[in-house]
Amino acid sequence: MPQGDYIELHRKRHGYRPDFFERKRKKEARQVHEHSAKAQKALGIKGKMIAKKNYAEKALMKKTLAMHEESSTRRKVDDEVQDGAIPAYLMDRENTTRAKVLSNTIKQKRKEKAGKWEVPIPKVRPVAEDEMFKVIRSGKRKTKQWKRMVTKCTFVGPGFTRKPPKYERFIRPSGLRFTKAHVTHPELKCTFNLDIIGVKKNPNGPMYTSLGVMTKGTIIEVNVSELGLVTPAGKVVWGKYAQVTNNPENDGCINAVLLV
Amino acid sequence: MEKTLSIVYQPQAVFRIRPVNRCSATIAGHTEAVLSVAFSPDGRQLASGSGDTTVRLWDLNTQTPMFTCTGHKNWVLCIAWSPDGKHLVSGSKSGELQCWDPQTGKPASNPLTGHKKWITGISWEPVHLNAPCRRFVSASKDGDARIWDISLKKCVICLCGHTLAVTCVKWGGDGVVYTGSQDCTIKIWETSQGKLIRELKGHGHWVNSLALSTEYVLRTGAFDRTGKEYSSPEEMKKVALERYYKMKGNAPERLVSGSDDFTMFLWEPAVSKHHKVRMTGHQQLVNHVYFSPDGQWVASASFDKSVKLWNGTTGEFIAAFRGHVGPVYQISWSADSRLLLSGSKDSTLKVWDIRTKKLKQDLPGHADEVYAVDWSPDGEKVASGGKDRVLKLWMG
Repeated sequence: MPQGDYIELHRKRHGYRPDFFERKRKKEARQVHEHSAKAQKALGIKGKMIAKKNYAEKALMKKTLAMHEESSTRRKVDDEVQDGAIPAYLMDRENTTRAKVLSNTIKQKRKEKAGKWEVPIPKVRPVAEDEMFKVIRSGKRKTKQWKRMVTKCTFVGPGFTRKPPKYERFIRPSGLRFTKAHVTHPELKCTFNLDIIGVKKNPNGPMYTSLGVMTKGTIIEVNVSELGLVTPAGKVVWGKYAQVTNNPENDGCINAVLLV
Repeated sequence: MEKTLSIVYQPQAVFRIRPVNRCSATIAGHTEAVLSVAFSPDGRQLASGSGDTTVRLWDLNTQTPMFTCTGHKNWVLCIAWSPDGKHLVSGSKSGELQCWDPQTGKPASNPLTGHKKWITGISWEPVHLNAPCRRFVSASKDGDARIWDISLKKCVICLCGHTLAVTCVKWGGDGVVYTGSQDCTIKIWETSQGKLIRELKGHGHWVNSLALSTEYVLRTGAFDRTGKEYSSPEEMKKVALERYYKMKGNAPERLVSGSDDFTMFLWEPAVSKHHKVRMTGHQQLVNHVYFSPDGQWVASASFDKSVKLWNGTTGEFIAAFRGHVGPVYQISWSADSRLLLSGSKDSTLKVWDIRTKKLKQDLPGHADEVYAVDWSPDGEKVASGGKDRVLKLWMG
């Protein structure tokens, strides 16, 4: 293969060879035979690959030919009698079959049971335990390793009192405790600084949910009485769910998007 | 002191029909779902059209198949008897109509072609306008309705105007044709030239079904429950005309249309192009509306599993009949207007009593959805057909 454009330059300056086009035409005509000879002589995996490629090309060619033939002839359209006859008032109506309706309702029930809801961030990177906790050594000789300190942001309720330090297994440092979150309304696109009421679900596990750890993807409940939302029944909405969208331990604040 | 009480009353039918309660026969014969069922106007013959492209005529005395009329190329979607009982026309999914001689089961002529898509409805010209019956109108998905003459064996007028499929067509007693269409309008045509007289707008979605207050009389023509036979067409015409005037009274003809927008409208087309009453209440689309034979009531069958009863003159809601567990497809009245029959997707038929407004009789027995029901004009029998390919005859 030419590296550079000297061939093109020559052609521009001096034109093509007098027999160039004839030779090109004949060479291309010979290609068919050479390809066929190669395909017939090739052995082993190479032969198989060539055969497969040839077959694919043949099938495609047949299809295009059939397609062209169809359009050129005009035949009287005879529609075959199909099964599943329906009366005139049901024609033009897409009727979901009973089986589909049943399976749909079963799927709906299963989803509700499993508690899977549609959230903006459906999948999050799983956080490993050693990333989440830091091992704290304790005891006179610092050999005991049963204490853990949480390295991610947490939420503890307003009435939170620590367990006696001798017995607390999980330490939630007060520097990493947050009470407010910056919640964005997805449609209005404005952000409010709302109080957190609680942590509803942490996708990494129920243990983290009970500890109140907030990582990316956690569903938290926030106090939306500021927004002034009202239910269709007329009651005032004061708590709504939101999903955390950033990594709060890196940023120092909790950003969340409201789930409407 | 004398007090006078004025009582307003409306006469009911002189005769009483016994409610059907048992299946007297299950006749197999069709090899595909039965799509439409119709009794002849004198109640002597029964025809059914099916997805196996045949029309079958059944003998009611022995309850066995009589004739099998083949000739259609695709599903037979609609059938209609002429009001004098001499002709039977069927329309198929391929857009062709075929006229049959009910005495022999043979086609009367070649298929009538002209429509490009399937036939959605057929309606004959009333016998009091023209006897013997010659003309009928057919509606098709391709958006036009055509008037055919069976003695000339061709299409005489094409009523084009609708932009979408014409879902139902009725030939009115005054000599006009009403067509309801998927383009949410109802058009009224005059039949000598095929000109559009009026357009009734108002629905928000497809118009599924039309019903005329005089429909039953137009369908049965000169025949009534006495089973009298008429010798000459002129006699038939006279008797039919008398019956028609008696039924109509002085009031103009009323039209009810049921639509996919869950409502129905009551129109008086001869008077104005605005609807008289809007009948709401259904929670799903209204599939079939039918006036009672005496014109007092209107019944509507809907996909919300209920049948609703309305006053035929004022359009106000009277009662809802609940009991079906699947969409109600078709309804049919008994000849004395006291009983209403409904067939549904849940494979049962139910007979409702109009006086008590409750379920009178439950008729289970079909194995699959019930597509078509008909009550014979003499009130003796009910025929129903559906997806399970058998025709069931029910008797009282």
